[in-house]
Amino acid sequence: MSETTPTAVDRGFFGEANYPGILGWIFSTDHKRIGLLYFWCIVVFFSVGVLLGLLIRLELFAPGETIMTAQTYNAAFTLHGVIMIFLFIIPGIPAAFGNLIMPIQLGARDVAFPKLNLMSWWLYVIGAALALTSLFTGGGPPDTGWTFYVPFSAQTSTNVSLAAVAVFILGFSSILTGLNFVTTIHRLRAEGMTWMRIPLFTWSLYATAWIQILATPVIGITVALLFVERIVGTGLFDPTQGGDPIMFQHLFWIYSHPAVYIMILPGMGVVSDIIPVFARKPAFGYKAIVVSSLAIAFAGSLVWAHHMYTSGMSDMAVLVFSFLTFIVAIPSAIKVFNWLATLYQGSILLDPPLLYALSFILLFTIGGLTGLVLGAAATDVHVHDTYFVVGHFHFVMFGGTGMAFFAAMHYWLPKIYGRMYDKVVATVAWGVILIGFCVLYISMKVVGMQGMPRRYYDYIPEFTGINQLATVGSWILAFGLLLMFVNLFRGIFKGEPFGSNPWGGATLEWQVPSPPPTENFDDDPVVTHGPYDYKKAGIL
Amino acid sequence: MTEEHAHLVPYKTFLLIWVALLVLTVITVAAAQFDFGALNIWIALGIATLKSSLVVAIFMHMKYEQWLFKLALLAALAILAIFIGLTFFDVLYR
Repeated sequence: MSETTPTAVDRGFFGEANYPGILGWIFSTDHKRIGLLYFWCIVVFFSVGVLLGLLIRLELFAPGETIMTAQTYNAAFTLHGVIMIFLFIIPGIPAAFGNLIMPIQLGARDVAFPKLNLMSWWLYVIGAALALTSLFTGGGPPDTGWTFYVPFSAQTSTNVSLAAVAVFILGFSSILTGLNFVTTIHRLRAEGMTWMRIPLFTWSLYATAWIQILATPVIGITVALLFVERIVGTGLFDPTQGGDPIMFQHLFWIYSHPAVYIMILPGMGVVSDIIPVFARKPAFGYKAIVVSSLAIAFAGSLVWAHHMYTSGMSDMAVLVFSFLTFIVAIPSAIKVFNWLATLYQGSILLDPPLLYALSFILLFTIGGLTGLVLGAAATDVHVHDTYFVVGHFHFVMFGGTGMAFFAAMHYWLPKIYGRMYDKVVATVAWGVILIGFCVLYISMKVVGMQGMPRRYYDYIPEFTGINQLATVGSWILAFGLLLMFVNLFRGIFKGEPFGSNPWGGATLEWQVPSPPPTENFDDDPVVTHGPYDYKKAGIL
Repeated sequence: MTEEHAHLVPYKTFLLIWVALLVLTVITVAAAQFDFGALNIWIALGIATLKSSLVVAIFMHMKYEQWLFKLALLAALAILAIFIGLTFFDVLYR
């Protein structure tokens, strides 16, 4: 498929650094180096998160104390949540693959503010370091859950204050990345790269970046208020001093619900870019996918209180937010139908990136439909704060964004490193992951429907069997992940070199050498066709 | 690409704005002594908006900026208004 099959890999941007050794990475302003810095940090944090998840599942293998105390368990699920949300899913696709790929897709030599980009990564690392420091200092690891709800978070003696500072700093990293991306997409498009020729992955990053800019400051304000509440007792959330604990939940979810779309939109972008390539067809309904990204970004910012139906807020608010929630289902479904229509009658190549993208569609759709059970107030009241919710959001976040992250790894990492992984092993790993995933999270949904509350350390003996099934699922899943990572990393470091375009993509990143040179293009590219026009690109 | 655009504002203007901000603060505190019912929040938010507008327009030079920056600020304000407005579906109907 590739035009040339070289036997050695030109080192591209790996061969040029301003400083020797590690300094050439941590002080580099090259978007590809920063993207890889993010990527490797994110993979490390993801591994830690997986390990904590495995420990939580092991504790729940049997009722009563199994491997840890209740306090340790509280800290474990809090840490699992904080790491997975703030250090893996939110920066995962935009910061790693957005940095690696987006400027090349636009025909730019770098992002608009390369130094700011480096600063974003530094803020991310500082925030992550503080989050980890909060485990071992002060009153011990935070035990509030990742949502930091008052009044408990204002009263607990554990190290919530430092964790709040960490979240504050991580928020700034996210805001600066968003600003950088919006500016890049507006100002640095190559000649001929009109708005309707921008690849759908970059479009999704554009929609995401706006949410990052507009919603992330709210989490900064929220954790800052929590911080002063703990330090000086302002009473903002304390009813005895005229405060309102539900106001904290509003503030928290005003960011954290849009953050769900910060997590999922880039994943949808990855899938929108991969499916046309492996179906050998232009994306069906390109404009509809673009508009639905923007619509999800907007409508998704107006539904936050659907996390709060049982919090004691007014019935009027329950009604309004339930209605608004159903609106988000429309643009989400538009995307799913467009992906399926793109596949319809395509010349489908079942390579690993497409397999991961297909599992995204399956798992995200299941997650999305179970989301409607939670979006409807009448049914939510019954399953609120049960394992049904845990199953639901793992389907959307891990089955959605996680799978899209894996799809992006298998799609773009060979491009960045210039070497290919073993596709058979990647396919086997995909199958194992999918089986483990379903055993683990479908069990959660079932036991949630039966009434098992989330975050509880113990459960009644009737739930033992299904909890053990879930734990076995977590082992299968972990094995699949290990297989996938080992195969992928072995491939990109030691695999066979290939030409510039192994998958036959028509977007600009496939027109530059693998690995790309430092400033991506020798001459500024001129774009003459759309991102999925395989005929004009000379691929079909 | 960026043009340095130093706009000189006379000290007198800064002083006047400062005095205006102080007066508005006094009004905020004074208004808090009375119960206007549902109007409480509108009065408080109204004064706060006026004060922050003065700071943004004069101290932060937004008054002298190009329309794009003003638009960006207005967009952010509109989003904030929507967030606060939707929250009132809860607060007002409890």
